[in-house]
Amino acid sequence: MLERTPALASLLAGADDRLIVTGLGSAANDVAHITDFSPRAFTMDGAMGAACPVGLGLALARPEREVVVVTGDGELLMNVGVLATIAWQNPANLTVIVVDNELYGLTGGQRTATSAVTDLVGMAGAAGIRRTLAVRDAAGLDEARGVLHEPSRDARFILLKVAPGPGAPVRIDRDGNRLRNRFRAHVLGGLGGAA
Amino acid sequence: MTSPADAPTWQAQVYDVLRTHDVTQVAYVPDAGHKHLIDAAIADPDVHAIACTTEEEGVGIVAGAHLGGETGVLLMQSSGVGNVINFLSLIDHCRFPFLTIITMRGDYGEQNPWQFAMGRAVEATLHAMGLITLRVDSPEDAPRTVEAALGMTQTGGQAVAVLLTQRLLGAKKF
Repeated sequence: MLERTPALASLLAGADDRLIVTGLGSAANDVAHITDFSPRAFTMDGAMGAACPVGLGLALARPEREVVVVTGDGELLMNVGVLATIAWQNPANLTVIVVDNELYGLTGGQRTATSAVTDLVGMAGAAGIRRTLAVRDAAGLDEARGVLHEPSRDARFILLKVAPGPGAPVRIDRDGNRLRNRFRAHVLGGLGGAA
Repeated sequence: MTSPADAPTWQAQVYDVLRTHDVTQVAYVPDAGHKHLIDAAIADPDVHAIACTTEEEGVGIVAGAHLGGETGVLLMQSSGVGNVINFLSLIDHCRFPFLTIITMRGDYGEQNPWQFAMGRAVEATLHAMGLITLRVDSPEDAPRTVEAALGMTQTGGQAVAVLLTQRLLGAKKF
């Protein structure tokens, strides 16, 4: 099975211009580690379920920029209806990457429904997202990197099936106001930090 | 000549206020009281009208719009306030400017007993999560209150909920 942090790093290789929004937990740790704590990554550590809608609002606001959401199976299952919202808006500059380790990593490793019965790629497709892909091995990673970089007319959804295991052992900045301001300064220029 | 019948409704005035202040993302969960704003947003080629499956998505969308330098608004019914509580920690902790316009149920003249529990809790909940609430009871007060709220959010950086009460909207019969 793929290991989560190297797999995500491999998938995001060459995507250094992407704006990234992450959900809480290992998704945030991995992206902070992979991007070397870049201001282009807005890493949340709360508001479970917010990664996808925040990424959607950002993608609609900045159609000239590619936006990547990195979330987990537990977070997406919390408000999976957002897949319908994304599908209907269908921003071509948005890619949702779900790192699916089939468990709740922060709370003791309890299994999620994806470990047993639930197919998130199927749900994304049935919600109306046209470009979907499940990745389970190195060959799949190559294909997914192609999906991430291809010119697309549609929102994209990539499910990254990974082995259980912790995210990158880093400590993310938990000052959300600081993260918000530096992200806006990065996207909007020097005045981005203003209210 | 403009006759009273041709005068813009308060709903149309509110939409104009939103657009004058460059609101370009309208996230919503429908309510009859928001019908005009939702229809106007859908018909507006310069606005993203975003139908949400649950109100909490709208909180995230408005925050994401701000990260990208745009302004969004969340339209919802008061019942939705109960659905957004934890997402408001994103607004509060990160100090996102945030505007929501809420049509009330469970207040003045309500006849559906299912609506009172959430109706009672709306302002207490919003205040507990750090929002300022502005109540609108009359049509003439609606556009200027939304304009005031936009100043408080866009310039003042606050999180504000404008409550369109049942004194304004009338109590529903269902």
